[in-house]
Amino acid sequence: MRTTLLAAALLTVPVVTACTSNATTEDAGSADAARDLTVNSSDDACEVSGGEAPAGTLSFDVTNTGSQVTEFYLLAEDGLRIVGEVENIGPDVNRKLTVNAPAGEYFTACKPGMVGEGLRSGFTVTESDEAPELTASDQELVDEALTNYAGYVKDQTAQLLAKTQEFVELYKAGDSDDEARALYPDARTHWERTETVAESFGDLDPQMDLREADLEPGQEWTGWHRIEKDLWPAEAQKYRALTPEERAFFADDLLANTEELNSRVQDLEYTIDDIANGSRGLLEEVAVGKVTGEEEFWSHTDLWDFQANVDGARVAFDGVKPIVEQNDPDLADTLTQRFDELQVLLDAQRDGDGFVLYTDLSQDEIKAFSDSVNALSEPLSMLTAAVVA
Amino acid sequence: MTPRVSRRGLLGGGLAAAGVAGAFTVGRLTDEAAAQEALDRSYAFRGAHQAGILTPVQDRLHFAAFDVTTAERDELVSLLQDWTAAAERMTAGGSAGEIGPVEGNPVLPPDDTGEAIGLPASGLTITFGFGPGLFTDDDGNDRFGLADRRPEALRRLPHFPADQLVPERSFGDLCIQACADDPQVAVHAIRNLARIAFGRAAVRWSQLGFGRTSSTSTTQATPRNLFGFKDGTANLKAEEDGAADEHVWVSAEDDPRADWLAGGSYLVSRRMNMTIEVWDRQPLVDQERFIGRTKGEGAPLTGTDELDEPDFEAVTGTSPTMAVDAHVRVVHPDFHDGARMLRRGYNFVDGTDALGGLDAGLFFIAYVRDPRTHFIPIQNAMATSDALMEYLKVTGSALFAVPAGIAEGEYVGQALFA
Repeated sequence: MRTTLLAAALLTVPVVTACTSNATTEDAGSADAARDLTVNSSDDACEVSGGEAPAGTLSFDVTNTGSQVTEFYLLAEDGLRIVGEVENIGPDVNRKLTVNAPAGEYFTACKPGMVGEGLRSGFTVTESDEAPELTASDQELVDEALTNYAGYVKDQTAQLLAKTQEFVELYKAGDSDDEARALYPDARTHWERTETVAESFGDLDPQMDLREADLEPGQEWTGWHRIEKDLWPAEAQKYRALTPEERAFFADDLLANTEELNSRVQDLEYTIDDIANGSRGLLEEVAVGKVTGEEEFWSHTDLWDFQANVDGARVAFDGVKPIVEQNDPDLADTLTQRFDELQVLLDAQRDGDGFVLYTDLSQDEIKAFSDSVNALSEPLSMLTAAVVA
Repeated sequence: MTPRVSRRGLLGGGLAAAGVAGAFTVGRLTDEAAAQEALDRSYAFRGAHQAGILTPVQDRLHFAAFDVTTAERDELVSLLQDWTAAAERMTAGGSAGEIGPVEGNPVLPPDDTGEAIGLPASGLTITFGFGPGLFTDDDGNDRFGLADRRPEALRRLPHFPADQLVPERSFGDLCIQACADDPQVAVHAIRNLARIAFGRAAVRWSQLGFGRTSSTSTTQATPRNLFGFKDGTANLKAEEDGAADEHVWVSAEDDPRADWLAGGSYLVSRRMNMTIEVWDRQPLVDQERFIGRTKGEGAPLTGTDELDEPDFEAVTGTSPTMAVDAHVRVVHPDFHDGARMLRRGYNFVDGTDALGGLDAGLFFIAYVRDPRTHFIPIQNAMATSDALMEYLKVTGSALFAVPAGIAEGEYVGQALFA
C-alpha cells in the first residue's frame, strides 16, 4: 500500500483582524487567487494554469478531460518524493488537491491510466510573507520536534542498513539460513518504524517491500518479501528454491536499495504535519496489513512489524505531543492512554526477544488487536489538525 | 465559502423539481409525491417509548451488536450521551456529527461520513438495547456497578434444539437497531454510531435486512418471508388497544430491581438460516401444510381469508385439518397462555455459502414484555415440534433489554445509571 508522507494539509491562515484596511484584504485576496490553480488532465497532456505560486496553502483544482482514470501529484524537487496527491479521478470528474507548500522547486504530474512516470512539468513556489506562520513559542516546539524526528529517521535507517548488510551476507552464504531467518524480523523492524518515510520514495518502496500479491503482471519481484518466501518456502505451492546466483542477485539488490534509501534520508526535511500524518499513516499500515496477517505471508512475523509501526507512530506522536498538549490537552491524554492500551496487548504476545507468530494468535486475540487499533486510530486522525491549529 | 449541504434542504429542491417535471403527468406526480412523502417521513427520537418498536415497520434494517471495550462507567455513559445526540440528529434527517460531512476543517476527518448527503430522513428509527454482558461478565463480575440492577429475565437465552450458534453472530453488550425506508440511511446510521464508539465499544456483529417480514400496523399489508409465505398476519399491531401494554412494554411492577426498565421491552434477535434450495423442492401442498396457511392468500388451512382465525379443532377425514406440527398451530397464543410477540424481523441474503447455496433466511426480531413467558416457551415448542425446523438453522441469537424512551435533556438508558 502506498501512503503519502506529505499528505495534503491545510494550515489555518491567521485571520486578518477587523482593523486592517480594504487594501490589505484585497492583497490577501489576490495572493489567495495566485494559490488557486486549475489542472486539465487529458489523455496526453497535463495543463496547469500556472507555473508558480507564492508559498502557502496551494489548491489544484483537477479536472479529468481524458478517457482514462487519472492521478495528480505535486512532487518534491527530486521528482520522487510525493508532496501531495489525488488519486482515482475518473473521466469528467473534478477533484481538488490542497497542500501546504514552502518555497522551492517542485514537479506537477498527471498520470492518465495511473501508470508510468506521468506527464510532468516544473513548478516553482516562491517566497511569501503571507505564508502561514506559527507563533514564536509554538515555533520553538515545532523546531525541536522536526529536529528530533529527522534524527530518528536517520538513526533507524542507519540501523536498517547495518542489519541488512549482515542479513544479506547470511542469506548469500547458503549455510546460515537459520541465522538469516532469525535476523529477518529484527532487521525489518527498522524499516517498519519509518515505513511512511520509506514509502514516500515511490521508486524504492516497491523494489524493497512489495508483497507477491501486489505484483502487476510482468513486474519483477524483488526485495524483502522475495527473500522471505525463499527462506520460508514450506507453505508455497510447487516452490523452486533460488539458486546461489539468484540469491546473490536479490540480496545485492536489496542492499543497494537500502544504501540508496540511507543516503536519501540524510537531507530529508520534514514539516510538522508530515510527522503527525506519518503517525496516523503507520497505524493505517497496522490496520490494513499487520492486524490481518498479510504483510509477512510466509514467515508470519507480522507482530514484529506491528510493534515497529506502533513504535514509529508513538515516536512521531511523542515528538509533537508538547504542541498537542497546548492546543488540545484532552486529545493528548486520550492518545497517550490508547497507545498504552495497545502496548499492553502487544506485550502479552512477547516471546523471548520477539513475538509469537501471527498464526499462533486466536481469533479473539486478533479481534482485540483490531478493536484496540481502531480505538487509537480514530483520535489519531485528529492529530494533524491539533498540531497545525 | 462552502455552502452548507443540508440533507433536508436538498430534499426540498428535489420536491420542487419533481413538481415541475410531473406537471403534465398528474397520475405519476401523485405516485412520486407519495413515495417522496414516505421518504421524507421522520419519527421523533424522544418519547414515552423508544421509536422503532411500535413504529410502522420500515423496509430496511441494519442491526448491530457491540462489545463494550472500556472498563470505565463514565466512558460508557459518555458513549450513550454521544449516541443519543447523534441518533437524534440523524433521525431528524441531519448529520451524525455537529458539523457535517463537508462543512468542517479540511485537515480533520469529517464528523459525518457523507453517504447520506441529499437523502431525507427516510423514516429512520434508531433503537438501543442493553445485553446481559453489560451487567456482569462471563465470570459474574460486576462490570460497571450495574449488577444489582440487571433484570431477572435478562440472561443469555438457553440453548434450543437446532441452534447452531456462531459466537461471532451472537450475543453482545449493547445493540442498535436502525430501520429506514432507504438502506443507505440505515447503514449510514450504524456506520457513524460504530465510529463514535471506537475505544468505548466495538462492533461484535451486524446484520442487514430487507423486505420487512412483519407489519406492526393495520395500515400495512402483510409482507412475505423467503419461504414465499405471508409472515406476521397475526402480529401484534399498534392499533390494538391495550395489547402493547399487555405483551410488549415492561411494567414498573414486573421486576422490582429493574424498575428502570419500566416502559421498555425485551428484544430477541435470532438469525434463522433457511435451507432455501431444499425448501424450494417441496410440493406446494407440503409447504402449505408445514406453515398451516395457503401460499397465495395466506388464509389458515381451515379458512378462506388471510384474517380468518385458524380453527385448530377442524378435522379433514380422520386428521386435523391444521397438522399438529403446522407452524401456525405450534406458535399460536392459544397454546401459550395467550402470549403474543411484537415481531419486527427482516429477510436477509448475505450472498452465498461455499457450496453456492444462498446464505439467507429470516433475521427474526421480537419485542416482548418478558422473554420467559413470551419467547422461550414458544421457541422451545417450535424447536421440538414445528415442521418448519427441518428447513431452519439458527446461527445467531441475542437478548437485549430495551429501555424506555427519553425526555428532553436525557440520554438513552439514563434511568439505568440514575
